Formats: sequence, structure tokens, C-alpha cells
Amino acid sequence: MSDHSTSDHSKSSPLPTYFGVWIALLVGTFLTYEIAKIDLGVFNAAVALIIATTKALLVALFFMHLKGAHEKLLKLVVISTVFFLFLLLVLSMADYGTRLWS
Amino acid sequence: MHDSSTAAVQSNASGEAHAAADNPALLHHFATEEQQRDSASLGMWIFLATEVMFFGGLFCAYLIYRGWYFGDFAAASTSINAALGGANTAVLICSSLTVVLAIWAAQTSQRGLLLAMLALTMLFGCAFLGIKGIEYKDKFDEHHVPGVSFSFHEEIPGHPGQYANPQHAQIFFALYFIMTGLHALHMIIGLGIFAWLFWMAWKGRFTPEYHTPLEIGGLYWHFVDIVWIYLFPLLYLIDRHR
Amino acid sequence: MATPSGPQGERENYLNKHYGVGSWLLTTDHKRISLLYLLSITFFFFIGGFFALLIRLELLTPAGDLVQADTYNKLFTMHGQVMVFFFLIPSIPAVLGNFLVPMMIGAKDLAFPRINLLSWYLYVIGGVMMLHCMLTGGVDTGWTFYVPFSTAFSNTKVIEAGLAIFVAGFSSILTGLNFIVTIHRMRAPGMTWSRLPLFIWAHYATSIIQVLGTPVIAITLVLVVAERALHLGIFDPKLGGDPLLFQHLFWFYSHPAVYIMILPSMGVVTEIIACFSRKRIFGYGFVAFSSIAIAVFGFLVWAHHMFVAGISVYAALVFSILSYAVAVPSAVKVFNWTATLYKGSIRYDAPMLYAFGFLGLFTIGGLTGLFLACLGIDMHVHDTYFVIAHFHYIMVGGALMGYLGGMHFWWPKISGKLYPEGWARLAALIVFIGFNLTFFPQFILGYLGMPRRYYQYPPEFQVLNVLSTAGATVLGIGYLLPMIYFLWSMRYGKPAPDNPWNAAGLEWKTQSPPTTFNFEEEPVVTWEAYNYEELDAPQKQEVPVAR
Repeated sequence: MSDHSTSDHSKSSPLPTYFGVWIALLVGTFLTYEIAKIDLGVFNAAVALIIATTKALLVALFFMHLKGAHEKLLKLVVISTVFFLFLLLVLSMADYGTRLWS
Repeated sequence: MHDSSTAAVQSNASGEAHAAADNPALLHHFATEEQQRDSASLGMWIFLATEVMFFGGLFCAYLIYRGWYFGDFAAASTSINAALGGANTAVLICSSLTVVLAIWAAQTSQRGLLLAMLALTMLFGCAFLGIKGIEYKDKFDEHHVPGVSFSFHEEIPGHPGQYANPQHAQIFFALYFIMTGLHALHMIIGLGIFAWLFWMAWKGRFTPEYHTPLEIGGLYWHFVDIVWIYLFPLLYLIDRHR
Repeated sequence: MATPSGPQGERENYLNKHYGVGSWLLTTDHKRISLLYLLSITFFFFIGGFFALLIRLELLTPAGDLVQADTYNKLFTMHGQVMVFFFLIPSIPAVLGNFLVPMMIGAKDLAFPRINLLSWYLYVIGGVMMLHCMLTGGVDTGWTFYVPFSTAFSNTKVIEAGLAIFVAGFSSILTGLNFIVTIHRMRAPGMTWSRLPLFIWAHYATSIIQVLGTPVIAITLVLVVAERALHLGIFDPKLGGDPLLFQHLFWFYSHPAVYIMILPSMGVVTEIIACFSRKRIFGYGFVAFSSIAIAVFGFLVWAHHMFVAGISVYAALVFSILSYAVAVPSAVKVFNWTATLYKGSIRYDAPMLYAFGFLGLFTIGGLTGLFLACLGIDMHVHDTYFVIAHFHYIMVGGALMGYLGGMHFWWPKISGKLYPEGWARLAALIVFIGFNLTFFPQFILGYLGMPRRYYQYPPEFQVLNVLSTAGATVLGIGYLLPMIYFLWSMRYGKPAPDNPWNAAGLEWKTQSPPTTFNFEEEPVVTWEAYNYEELDAPQKQEVPVAR
């Protein structure tokens, strides 16, 4: 992060990126709302979650400055956290998803 | 992997008193401002990781019951106001923009813009809470708040004549209120944090070299936004196409 | 290098630098905070031990004749809650970790000293809430809070106990957060990851679990409180809820929690074995990565607590296999410790006696865990004294022995005084004998079918129960002795040299007790960890970088 003060002078302003992400997030929200009204069967939930995840990634990478981070540690923190959350969700599904099998 | 070796050796060469004199905000146990800033940033990211797991337990409970009682959950979801939920999503997205603009203003020494963006962020936060309040009041009026006066008599979307099981619907509303309530609590705390940041900015504490509290306060705010980005489709948009 | 002297001509150190209650209650010095924790967790250890004493007294006779059944439920519940949440989980990280982590990496303090103090206050607040709960009626749900009993049927103070643990949980989270940031950001120049003492690796792994697991039990307790207060139906089968959901969420934390309790102890044991074998740890990389592996794998196995609860048999299969896998990194450590001992120059000082005790008892505890991971055996011994014996071998025979060993090992550094070695070795022996006498009969009792959490039992189990209670008495004496002689040593003990064990590690390069900021100059590390060959080499002295 200390590199920002020296390298930012050569970088262009971050403002276009910020406004671009902002527009993308609003469009994503609108899309989520409208697509929910279309019948996609089982894929409704998947599409909604994909859009939500895209929006979350945009916020994390650009607004939370993960993309410009000069070390991989912060990305590792995020990936590990998501991994453990998935463990909770997926491994409990190992029980709930298979209870009716026996 | 980043370690403090080069930075610390440089500071050793020049002496720690030198660094401290440059910036009174440098705490004594840190060797350099960079170390202090990177520690604060890592600390906040790890705190956000704990928050992800905190909300994660609720998402786990929600996903399981949504799988079990899909129809009842769909009925309950249809009865909450998706337009207001969507509006709130847009409000939070705008507030995240004002947060990054505030940090940019600090980086470019624009005090006026910084204060305006911080104030706008808080305004958006209050708008969010206000809209949430309207939603909650609607639910209260319709007796959809879990408890003794709970009553739910709605059809399952796509199954006319078939009514949702009110007990299962109550589980939906219990999770709805707990998840959005916990989120709102985090939003209120966020407002408190930004009020404090506004005060610090007013006193001129932030410079292009030092605006760490803004950055880590911003991280917290963006996280609150991300939680809502997931809450909105999961809670408001189950089976809306019927 | 002259340091100012205190009133008795002693050097200035973190203990005598400031006096007064305020200087302790508002301190941000990690060493003082660790002593604040030492006091509080010792207090709760007594409370938990008191409940254990009553349990063992009741179980002297087959009839339920000391307390009523409801009271007995409260005894084992509060014994478990206090010991797990208010003693074991904080113990090593909050006392030894707080004291040593900055010093071992060459830092002046943790990354966030004020958050460190906040952690202690949160622990105290949670502790006071728990005390109040116990004094005004207690809880009888078992430390595991299973629903729907805890949410719909119990008439005891479930909400208060749940909230107390919620608060204490945040103490744990913040400590873990502090350690992770400290270890990443505050290492001295030259202290690369591969030169870190394995104590640090162990605490790093522990902190990962604290940070990722504790929030889940926090939200679970929130749900229990909400359910109990508002009858929402989230866990109530009559209202469509699933009691097993509670168990999934509860054990998602509570299983990794047991690794929070054992990993730091493994770190302590590693340091002790290296020092008292005068050898580098065999397989440093394996031990370091096994700590991380335990932290990660520990999150994969939680439903092995639920084999008979009603989960699907396919899930049980998956979790059984994963539970076998989690034993592997622990076994890796045991092999590495053993290999370190091989051809080492062994000394039998008190810390080493505790480490030896750990090796044997942890191995037994760990192996019996594998028995439990086997579905067929677990059907037979689940909810019996076999399980109780298993986890006490690990928690007491493992974690607590490591804690005591570490307290002895670093006592000269912490207090600046030497404890009486003869008494210490005697106490270690008494603890070992008392421990085995208490808990080995419980393996047999469990296998023969004595259920846990019962206050009366068939008469044919009495002999084993009496042996167990006798052992508990001996164990209690073994625990009292160190408390007495540590206190004694603070006033009458011989002053300790800076490095009484000639041990490796940056903490031993500071004075005993250390100054407030640990190092006068930031150390620059140019040597590998556990450089005992260099330390023991004749005529060649390590050039001290800080005094």
C-alpha cells in the first residue's frame, strides 16, 4: 500500500473504475430483480446467486481494493474464508441431502 | 510473503524516533507507518472473515429450511416487498460508491469532498434503515412477525388453493428478521463508525499519507453491502415468477 | 548495558515498572495481560474443578445419594462449560501465547495491544455472567446445549449461560485475530517463516480455528436464545424445526474447538522436547505443516459427534473417513517428537516430565479417538464413559499437561524466579499417577456400558468408580502443589538467570523478567530455530543481540 503514493502519479485516476463498477452493480441489481420474474425452473436460484457473486466480487476487488493489493495474503484470507463457509454449507448438505436415501 | 524485514531494517538505520516524529499517529510498537497500516488492514480483513462465518451460520440454517419447505418459503418470500428490498440494494450500492470516493478525496487532499462523501454515505445508511423500518412495519401490520400474534394464510405460488404451512412460514420469517435484523445492527454500527470518521475528517486528521481509519472503516462498510447483496435475492426473490 | 534498578536493587522489568491497580487494569503490555489471564483462568479452573469434585463424590456410590438428579445435571453441565470455555480454550494462548508470541518473533508487543486488553475484559465479563448464572440457578442442559431440551424444556438459566459464552467467544476471536496479524506483520528482520519456533506455528494454526470457528457457535447461541425466548420453531420438531441443525452448527465449532485446546499444547511440548533433548526438532517442516493440517482437517469432521443422532448413514460414512484422516497430522507430530528424543541428551527436569506425560497420554487419547471414529464401535460406546475418558486423556492428559509443562518451562522468564525443582518433579509424578488412576478406569466403565451424565449406576461398576474418584483426589493434590510453590517462588524463589535452561529462542535473549518492551534493540535473526548444537558448542558463545 505504500507504493500507491509513488505509483499513483503514473497511474490514471481510479474514478472511471469506481463509476463503472457502480453502474455494473446497479445493472446487476436490476437484472436480478427482473430475471426473478422469468421462469427458469431450478436455475432461478443459480442465476440469482451467480449475479450476486459477481456483484460481491466487484465490490471486493475494486471497492475494497483487493485487486491492487501488493501481496497475496489478503486474497488468501478471502479465499480461505469462503472455503470454510462452503465446508459448512456443503458438508451439512451431505447429511440433509442424503437423509431420505436410506 | 510480506514481512517487515526490509522496512524494519530501514527504520533501524534511521532510528525509530525519526519515524515517530514524522507522524504522531505511529504507535510505539510498530517500526514503520507501513507496518502499522498493513497490520490494520490485515486485522480488518480477518475481522470481516469472522463476520462471514457469523452470518454464514444463518445462511446455513436458511438454505436447509428453504430446501425442506420450498413452497412455504416461496409463499412467505412473496409476501415481503421485493421493490423495497431492491431499492435498499441500490441504496447500499450507492453508499459503497460514496465510501470509495471519500477515500479518494482523502488521497487527493480534498477535504470538502471527503466530508461530503462521508455525510452522503451516512445519509444512504439512514435511508436504508428507514426503508427497512417501513418493511418491518408492514410485516408487523400483517401479523407476520414470529411470536404469539403470528398468523400466515397465503397460497403457495404456483399451487392455487394450496395454503402454506404457517409454522414453516414462521421459520422463514424468523430467519428473515434475524438475518436482516443482524444486518441492520451492523449497519447501525457502521453509521457510528462513519460518524466518528466524519468527526476525525472534520478535525483534519486525514492526509494523503495517513487515512488508514477511512480505509478500514470502508472495508467494514463494503462488507455490510456484500451481505445485503446476498440477502436480497435469497430472501426476497424465491419463486417470484409465478 | 545498565538498566535502572527497582527498589530492591533489582533491574527494571515489566513487573516493577509501574505499580498500582490502574497500571494493571489499564495495561496494554502483553506480558501483564497474560498475567491477568493467568489469574482469571486459574480462578475458573478451581470452579470447574470444584464441580468435578462433586461429580466424583456422587459417583463413589451406585445410588444417587449426594445430590438430586437435577442438581447432578447442573454439575456436569457447569463443569464442562467452565472447563471448556473459561479454562481450556483461553489457557495456553491467553497466558503463554500472549506472553511469548511477541517475544519469540522479536517484537515489542502484539499488533493490537488495546484489543488484547479488550479480549481480557470480554473474557472477564463473560466469566462474571457465567458466575452469576451459576450462582442463581445454573444450567442443566449439558455443556452441549442440545435442543429442544435447552430451548423448550429446561427450566434453568440457558439464556444467561449462552450469552456468557457468546461474550467469552469474542475474547477468543480477538485473541486469534491479534496473533495472526502479529505473526504476519511483526516478525523481526531475518525471522522468516521457516525460522519461527514451532510454538508460533501452533498458535498460528490455533488462531485460524479461533477466527473461523468461533463465530459459528456465536450465531448458534444467538439462535438458541432467540428460540428459547420467542419459540420460533427453528429447532423445535413440533413446529417444523430440526434439532439436528443445532447439532451441526454447534459441532461445526465445537469440534475444531478441541483443536484450539490441543494445538497450543503441542507447540509447548515441541519447545520443551527440543530443549531437554538438546536437539533440533526432527522434521521441522512436517511439524509446522501438520499444525496447519490439523486446523484445516479439524473443520471437516464435526458430525462424528452425531453418528447416533439421526444423520444419514451416508453422511456418517463420510465423516467417519474424514475423522480417520484428521488423526494423521497428529500422529506425524508424535513421530517427530519421538525422533527428536532419539539420541538426544535427555534431561528430566519438570517441564520435560510433563512433556513425556503428554506424549503417552495424548497418544492414548488420540488412538481412542480412532476407536470412536469407527461407526460400529461408536454405536456401542457413544454417550458412555469411554467417550469421557477419551476426551479427558486429550484435554487433561494432553492439553493441561502441556500447559503445566509450559508454565514450568517459562516460569523463570515470566516471574524472574526459579521454582523448586524437587517439588515440581514430585508434582508432575503425582499428576501423572492421579490422572491415570482417575481416567483409565473410565475407559473400562464405558466399554462395559456405564452411560455418561448419569448419577447412579449398577453396583457392579462401583469398584472402578471408586478408583476413579481416588485418582481424582490424587490429581487434585498434584494440581495444588504447583499453585503453592509458584506463589512461594515469587517471594522466596532464587532469582532466575536470563536463560536458565540454555534454551534456543529469542525470548531467552531477554532479561528475566523482561523489560516492558522486551528488546532494547530490535533483534536481527541470522540463525535457524532450535540451534542447540551452536548453543551447546564449547568455547563458542552466541553473540547476544539484546540484553
